[in-house]
Amino acid sequence: MVIRKPNEIRSSEITPYEVYLNRRKFIGQAAKLAVAATVTPGALAACDFGSQAAGAVPGESGSLLAAEGLGQEELTPFEDVTRYNNFYEFGTGKEDPARSVGDFPRRPWTVRIDGHCENSGEYDVDDLVGRFPSEERIYRLRCVEAWSMVIPWQGFPLKDLLAWVQPTSRAKYVEFTTLYDPDQMPGQRSGVLDWPYVEGLRMDEALHPLTLMATGLYGQTLPGQNGAPIRLVVPWKYGFKSIKSIVRIRLVEEMPRTTWNISAPREYGFFANVNPEVDHPRWSQARERRIGELRRRPTLPFNGYAEEVASLYEGMDLRRWF
Amino acid sequence: MRKPTPDFPLKTSVWILGLSPLGWGAWSFFSDGLGANPVEALMHLAGRWALAFLLLGLAVSPIRRFTGWGRVIKVRRLLGLFAFFYAATHLLVYLGLDQGFAWSFILEDVVERPFITVGFTAFLLLLPLAGTSTRGWIRRLGRRWRLLHRLVYPAAGLAALHFYWKVKADTSWPLLVAGLLAVLLFARLPWGGFRKKSGARKRGGLRRDGSAPEREAGRSPLGTVGRLLEG
Repeated sequence: MVIRKPNEIRSSEITPYEVYLNRRKFIGQAAKLAVAATVTPGALAACDFGSQAAGAVPGESGSLLAAEGLGQEELTPFEDVTRYNNFYEFGTGKEDPARSVGDFPRRPWTVRIDGHCENSGEYDVDDLVGRFPSEERIYRLRCVEAWSMVIPWQGFPLKDLLAWVQPTSRAKYVEFTTLYDPDQMPGQRSGVLDWPYVEGLRMDEALHPLTLMATGLYGQTLPGQNGAPIRLVVPWKYGFKSIKSIVRIRLVEEMPRTTWNISAPREYGFFANVNPEVDHPRWSQARERRIGELRRRPTLPFNGYAEEVASLYEGMDLRRWF
Repeated sequence: MRKPTPDFPLKTSVWILGLSPLGWGAWSFFSDGLGANPVEALMHLAGRWALAFLLLGLAVSPIRRFTGWGRVIKVRRLLGLFAFFYAATHLLVYLGLDQGFAWSFILEDVVERPFITVGFTAFLLLLPLAGTSTRGWIRRLGRRWRLLHRLVYPAAGLAALHFYWKVKADTSWPLLVAGLLAVLLFARLPWGGFRKKSGARKRGGLRRDGSAPEREAGRSPLGTVGRLLEG
């Protein structure tokens, strides 16, 4: 397949890591400046201290790069990213996971890699993660429930892991499985979903450079409620595709049966690409609420990553393959 | 000042219960206690309490019937009006905070999304009930008032369906609401369960044919949204 190179990024658009870590401080200063010089929308924008673009794509050195044409979008505060989560393994309320996560994830944590690949085996998660250089990515996360966030992740591209495990020619899809352990995950004691949670990607999606295996956010180890110790992040798909707390990665020939698709096939497809044109049967996907904002904003095709990923789906009827 | 009536403790309790979700919501809103998505939190809060007060209002008749506690009727209108108040708040949060009064999107939602269609319909059904809850309207409409207020049954059914269709996978709460509603409606049927021999009927309960004695409507200072709750 052809992987299109992201646009050349001007160095002026690179935001240093320390700046986004200290974003609140900078914004506070910017706000004071703006107030001093009478508050106008332009005053804040002109300061350009801590605002971030969410179109970040990986650069050669793994630095933070902002893609052009996506406008300036602020990071969702760490507090919100870590207290508003859909993680049914810890309860169906959005605030349940942060409350009931306890000492999860307990070590040792093993990731099993099997199926059609050369390097199958059981790997300790820390050993596995240590094999691949970590980098930062700022991505939008668009939930199928029509809310969204902008999150700075740390992790490594799934393609690096796949290059290492060497899929055979029979591998057409990658299937991921979340831990099943009702002892650590109280939500699994209810039958609200078919446990364990399973997700999957087509091989070209899995190999796409935007597809990330995340192990941290905001420069910290991934919190339990965000899918520690290792999770998938596929920024152009609805959030439920980005499976959390992975214990198994399997290379398979057939399209995997995924959890939400099993639960409600009419509502959640295998592809689940963010698409403002194709509504959920029960609600509109045309707009979304960015957490922290009051007014809804329009949802972008492929969550704003169309330039990078639309070619993967050329010729496909996206209404049928929702 | 009026002297406290024997109903004073009951009515006061309902007022306190009715206003506390509002107070809690307002306090949380201003103290950042509503979490990462305050609009959604407010909408859910109002919606759930609308359902709760609908169920409480619908529980009045069965309580009277099975316990003989006649005075409970005095808070039926209040319960009904609180149900309407929270339903209206729920709708306003949706229209204003959630949708930003973007009427084209709202119209599309109401027309095309069944869960919103039924929720909106439930609200429209409650509207005339709240509007005719005064003593003046009860007198003016006479027998038709009771007929009109039977709209609360479809309204409650649609509200429960709205809740059920809204959730993604965890249907336990919607099913509990639907179950309670079913019990409350079943308890109204002439053959629904046993009938207390003395008590209810003597203190102005239902007649054998299921109708309430006329004197009750005129006498009760609170005959109301609630009255329609009686069938």
